[in-house]
Amino acid sequence: MEFAELIKTPRADNVVLHRPFYLAVEGTLCLTGHHLIFSSRRQDNAEELWLLHSNIDSIEKRFVGSLGTIIIKCKDLRIIQLDIPGMEECLNIASSIEALSTLDSVTLMYPFFYRPMFEILEDGWRSFLPDQEFELLSSVTDDWRLSCINKEFSICPSYPPVVIVPKSIDDEALRKVATFRHGSRFPVLSYYHKKNGMVMMRSSQPLTGTNGRRCKEDEKLINATLRPGKRGYIIDTRSLNVAQQARAKGGGFEQEAHYPQWRRIHKCIERFNILQESLIKLVEACNDQSHNMDRWLSKLEASNWLTHIKEILTAACLAAQCIDREEQWSWGRGWSTRGSSNSIALVSLCHVSSHPVAFHVMFSPLQAGHPFQQRCAQSAYSNSKQKWEAPVFLLFLDCVWQILRQFPCSFEFNEQFLIMLFEHSYASQFGTFLGNNENERSKLKLPQKTMSLWSWVNRSEELSKFQNPLFEANSLVIWPSVAPQSLQLWEGVFLRWNRPSKFLDEAHEEMINIIKYNKELQAKVNALRRQLAEMETDDRMQENL
Amino acid sequence: QVEQVKLLDRFSTSNKSLTGTLYLTATHLLFIDSSQRETWILHHHIAAVEKLPLTTSGCPLVIQCKNFRIVHFVVPRERDCHDIYNSLLQLSRTAKYEELYAFSYNPKQNESEQVKGWQLIDLAEEYKRMGVPNDYWQLSDANRDYKICETYPRELYVPRTASKPIIVGSSKFRSKGRFPVLSYYHKNKEAAICRCSQPLSGFSARCLEDEHMLQAISKANPSNRYMYVMDTRPKLNAMANRAAGKGYENEDNYSNIRFQFVGIENIHVMRSSLQKLLEVSGTKGLSVNDFLSGLENSGWLRHIKAVLDAAVFLVKAIAVESASVLVHCSDGWDRTSQVCSLGALLLDSYYRTIKGFMVLIEKDWISFGHKFSDRCCQLDGDPKEISPVFTQFLESVWNLTEQFPQAFEYNEAFLLQIHEHVHSCQFGNFLGNSQKEREELKLKEKTYSLWPFLLDEQKKYQNPLYNPDFSPELTLLEPNTVSFNFKFWRNMYHQFDRSMHPRQSVFNLIMNMSEQNKQLEADIKELEAKIKQRNGQPDAVLVKEHHQSAHPAPMALKTTPCFKKEQPLIPVNDTVRTIEGSNTADNRYSEFMEEFSKAEPAVVSLEYGVARMTC
Repeated sequence: MEFAELIKTPRADNVVLHRPFYLAVEGTLCLTGHHLIFSSRRQDNAEELWLLHSNIDSIEKRFVGSLGTIIIKCKDLRIIQLDIPGMEECLNIASSIEALSTLDSVTLMYPFFYRPMFEILEDGWRSFLPDQEFELLSSVTDDWRLSCINKEFSICPSYPPVVIVPKSIDDEALRKVATFRHGSRFPVLSYYHKKNGMVMMRSSQPLTGTNGRRCKEDEKLINATLRPGKRGYIIDTRSLNVAQQARAKGGGFEQEAHYPQWRRIHKCIERFNILQESLIKLVEACNDQSHNMDRWLSKLEASNWLTHIKEILTAACLAAQCIDREEQWSWGRGWSTRGSSNSIALVSLCHVSSHPVAFHVMFSPLQAGHPFQQRCAQSAYSNSKQKWEAPVFLLFLDCVWQILRQFPCSFEFNEQFLIMLFEHSYASQFGTFLGNNENERSKLKLPQKTMSLWSWVNRSEELSKFQNPLFEANSLVIWPSVAPQSLQLWEGVFLRWNRPSKFLDEAHEEMINIIKYNKELQAKVNALRRQLAEMETDDRMQENL
Repeated sequence: QVEQVKLLDRFSTSNKSLTGTLYLTATHLLFIDSSQRETWILHHHIAAVEKLPLTTSGCPLVIQCKNFRIVHFVVPRERDCHDIYNSLLQLSRTAKYEELYAFSYNPKQNESEQVKGWQLIDLAEEYKRMGVPNDYWQLSDANRDYKICETYPRELYVPRTASKPIIVGSSKFRSKGRFPVLSYYHKNKEAAICRCSQPLSGFSARCLEDEHMLQAISKANPSNRYMYVMDTRPKLNAMANRAAGKGYENEDNYSNIRFQFVGIENIHVMRSSLQKLLEVSGTKGLSVNDFLSGLENSGWLRHIKAVLDAAVFLVKAIAVESASVLVHCSDGWDRTSQVCSLGALLLDSYYRTIKGFMVLIEKDWISFGHKFSDRCCQLDGDPKEISPVFTQFLESVWNLTEQFPQAFEYNEAFLLQIHEHVHSCQFGNFLGNSQKEREELKLKEKTYSLWPFLLDEQKKYQNPLYNPDFSPELTLLEPNTVSFNFKFWRNMYHQFDRSMHPRQSVFNLIMNMSEQNKQLEADIKELEAKIKQRNGQPDAVLVKEHHQSAHPAPMALKTTPCFKKEQPLIPVNDTVRTIEGSNTADNRYSEFMEEFSKAEPAVVSLEYGVARMTC
C-alpha cells in the first residue's frame, strides 16, 4: 500500500493553528505518510509543528460556511485546532489523518521508516541483555541458572527466550510447570535483592480449576526459591473474589495447603477497562477549565485515578516490605498491572534502578512481555473502546513520579524522562515500544529494522536533559508515603497543555542554574586553593634553596 | 511531671508509640521521649484537650493545637491524666491579656532594642512610599483620639476634598463607624483601594455625607471618573442585613459607582469549613476518594478560591481600568482585610519582599483592626468569634507562591512561622483586637515585636529562587484561578506529621546551596586577594609560571597533601540531607502487614528499625 493513496490533499495553505496559551498562527499544512506538518511562513520566527500520525488519538470536524475546522486530540493529551479554508480540502485532510492515524499493520508504522539523524554510539537493542544481568547475579549467588527453554518461544510466546530460574529445577520440570500456569507464564526471577538474597518472582495464575488441580513440579519450583526455614508470600493482585471466580474458567490460585511455606495476600488492582475509563474521566476533568471547585474535586474523585495510584503503590510497597524483611515472595498473575507494581517495588527497593539507563533494566514490562501495542493503542480521547487498552504503563510512570516527588534526590533521572517515556510509549519514531512481546518483536525483526529508543537516549546530549541535578546515590530502600494527602495529580502530564507553565519552567531553570553555579564555584575554590598551596610550597622550596 | 507517658502516632492504627516523660511548665507542655527528643507545646497553642475513655494501657489524652498539631498521649494513671487535663484546661484558657506569654517572655533585649524593634515597621513611612499625602489624598486627624472609630488606627488617609463634617457624617452611616479610608494607593494608575464597613442603609436610608465621601474618593482619581464598590459578601447575606438596618449601597443614590458582590462566606461558614477539613485530614486510614470528597464537602478550597477571585477582580479594576475601588463586607475587618491585602500584594512587588509582607500585615490586618484576639481565641471568649480568616489569607499567599515561584522573597516557612506566632501570643504584635486596645495594654513597653526576630533569622525565610526583577507587566501578578491550581496545603495542616511529607526537600537543598554559593563567592575573593598579595608584583607571576612549567613533576608531588585539605571544604549539611524516619511503619501500607501478621505472629516482626537515609 502506498501512503500517497491515502493522502488526497497533501498540502493546504492559509491554515490557522490554534493552541491553548499561544497566539493563533497562520501557515501551511502538509501531510506526509507519517507526519502532519504545520509551518508558519513568517520570516521573523518560523514556527513548525511536527505531529506523528500515530500520536493522533481522535479528530473532530466542524464547518462554518466554507471554513472547516479540525480538532486533533493527541495521545499525549494535547489538543490542537486547525482552521482549513475550503470544504473539500478540509474533508480530504480529515479523512487522510483518520486513515493514517489508524493504520492496521505494524510494519507501516513510522519506526520502520525512520532513519536517525544522529550518530549511534551504542546500539540500544543490545544494551540490556539477560546474559549481562545474569552475570551480575551469578557474581553474588549460585542458586540460579539461565534457561534457554523458551528459545524459539516454544513454551511461552510472551516470555523472553532466556529466563532465570532456580538451579535445582531442570527444563523438563519447567515444561510441566508451564502447562500448569495460565498462558504458560511459569514463575521466573524478576529481581534479586542483594542485601539479603531475597527474590521477587513473577508468574501468571495457576490453572487449579474448580477441582483444585495440583502440579508437583510447580510446588517444587516455588519452594526451591525459598531458603530452609524461611517463609514466602504470594501476592495476588486480584481480589479474593475475582480469584475464586477465575477457578470456574480453569484458573485459580495457590492453595495454601499445597504450598505450606507460603502465605497468599490478595491486593486488588483494577482491570484494564476500569483503568482506561479512569484515565478518560481524569483527562476530561483536567481539560475543562470552567469547573468550579466542587465540580473539579468531585470529578477528580470520580475518575479514581489517584485511588489506583495509591493501590498500586501500596501493593508495591507491601511487596518491597516483604522482601526487605527477609521474606521471599512470588507474584500473582502475569502482565499488566502486575508488571507495574512489580517494577515499582523495584524502584523503591533498588537504587540501581534510579539510573536513567539502568532504569529500563528493570523494565520488566518490556522484557516480560507487557503488551505495549495493545495497551497503548489509544489514549484518553478515543471513542473506539477496545478491550485491550489500558494506561498501565502510564500508571506505572505516575507511580514512579510520585516516588520521585517524595525522594527528589534519589533518582538519577528527572520528570522529563518519565514524560518522554510516556510520549514514546504511545507514539514514537523508535521501535522499542512496538509489538506485544519478545516473540512478536523478534518476528517483526525490530532490532534490525527499527531504531531503539535507548540508542537515542544514551547519548550525552540527550541524556543530560533527563538527568536529575540533585541526584546523589542512595543505596537504601525508600519507603514512600501513600497517604492521600501525600499523593498529587501529575501536573506535568495531565495539566501540561491546560495551563501556562512559563513561571514554573523559569523557576526550574533558576534552580538548575543555582546548582550549576554551585559546582562551578566549588571547582574554582578548589583550583584557587591548589594554586595558593602550590605557591606556598614553592616559596618554601625557594627558601630552602 | 508524669513518667512513662506514651505518645501515639496519629495515623497508625497499631499502637506504635514513644514512651517518655511529660512535664508541665508555666508556659509549655514538654514531652521528652526515651531517645531524648523533645516536643514543646505552648499552652496558648492548645485549642482543645480531650480525655478519652480509659483503656487497658492507661488514660488517653488528645491535645489539638491551633497550629494543627495533634498529639495523643496515654497516661498510665487516671489520676495523673485528670490532673494534667485540668491544668491544661486552666493554662490554655487565659482570662486576662496580662497573663499571656508575651508579657512574661523575655528575649534578652535591652530597652532601646525593644523600642527599635517596635519602630521597625513604620506605617507613615509606608504611606509615603505609596505616594501619599499628595494632591488628592491627605492625612486626616479626625480619628486622632479614637473619637470617630475605636477600631481604626489614629492616622487615616482620606481624599483632600473630604472635610471633617463629611467624615463624621459618613462614619455615622457606617457600621461601627468604619468610614471609607485609604488602604493602598497605586502611584502609576493614581487609583486607590479604600476600605470601610457596610452602610446603615436598611431598605431605603440615605446619607448625603456618605455619598459625598464616595464622590470624593472617585474624584481623587483623575484618570477615571467611576469607581467600584465591592461588597465581599454573598448577595443573600447583604440583603438579609438590610432587615437589621444595615445593607449595601444603592447604585442610584451614589453617582458614578459600579456595585459588585463577590460572595465570600462569613466567619461562621469558614470556621465550620476548616473544622470539616481537619476532620477529614485527621482520619486514620483515609482513602483517596474519602479525602477528595471530604475536601470538596468542607468547601475549604472553594473559599480560598473565592478570596483570591475577589482579589483578582479588584486588581483588574485598578490595573486595567485605573478605577479606584472601595471594599467592604459587614464590619470591614475580615473579608475586607483579606481582599485589600491580597489585592495590594498582587499589585505591588514590595509586598512580596520579607519586609514588605510585614508592612502589609501591620497595615491591613493589625492597624485596621482585624480582631486577632477574638479570631484566634487568645483569651477565653466567645467560640463563635473564632475564625481562620488570617489563615486563609496566608493560604492564598501560599497558593500564589506556588504559581509564581520566583516572585516572592519569602518562602513557605515564613508564612508558617507567622501563622505560628499569630496564635502563640509570644510577641505583642497580634494581641488585642484594635490599635486602641494595644495602646491601652502598653504592648510596646511590656512586650516585644515579632518582626525584628523574623528579620534576624531571615536566611531561613528566604526564597532561593527569588528574582527581584520578576515583573510580568509592571510588577503586577495575574494568578490563574482555575480550580485545579488550588491544592491542599499539606505543609500547613500536616506540618507536624512528618511521615506525610517528601523525605528529601529540593527546596531546602537549593536554599542551602544558594547560601553556600554566597560563602564560596566570598572564599574566592579572599583566595584571589591572597594570591595577588603573594604575587606582589606582576613580574612574579611570570616567573612562577615559568618555574611551574619547568618542573611539572615535583610540583605535582608536592601538591598532593593539599588535596586532602580540600575534602572537608564544604561540610555536607547533614541535617538537610538526612531523611527522617523513612520507614515502613510510618506509612499506611504497613498496616496491611500488621493485620496480616496477626494470624501468624512468628512471621513478621512489626517493629522494623528506622531506615535512616543519608544521601
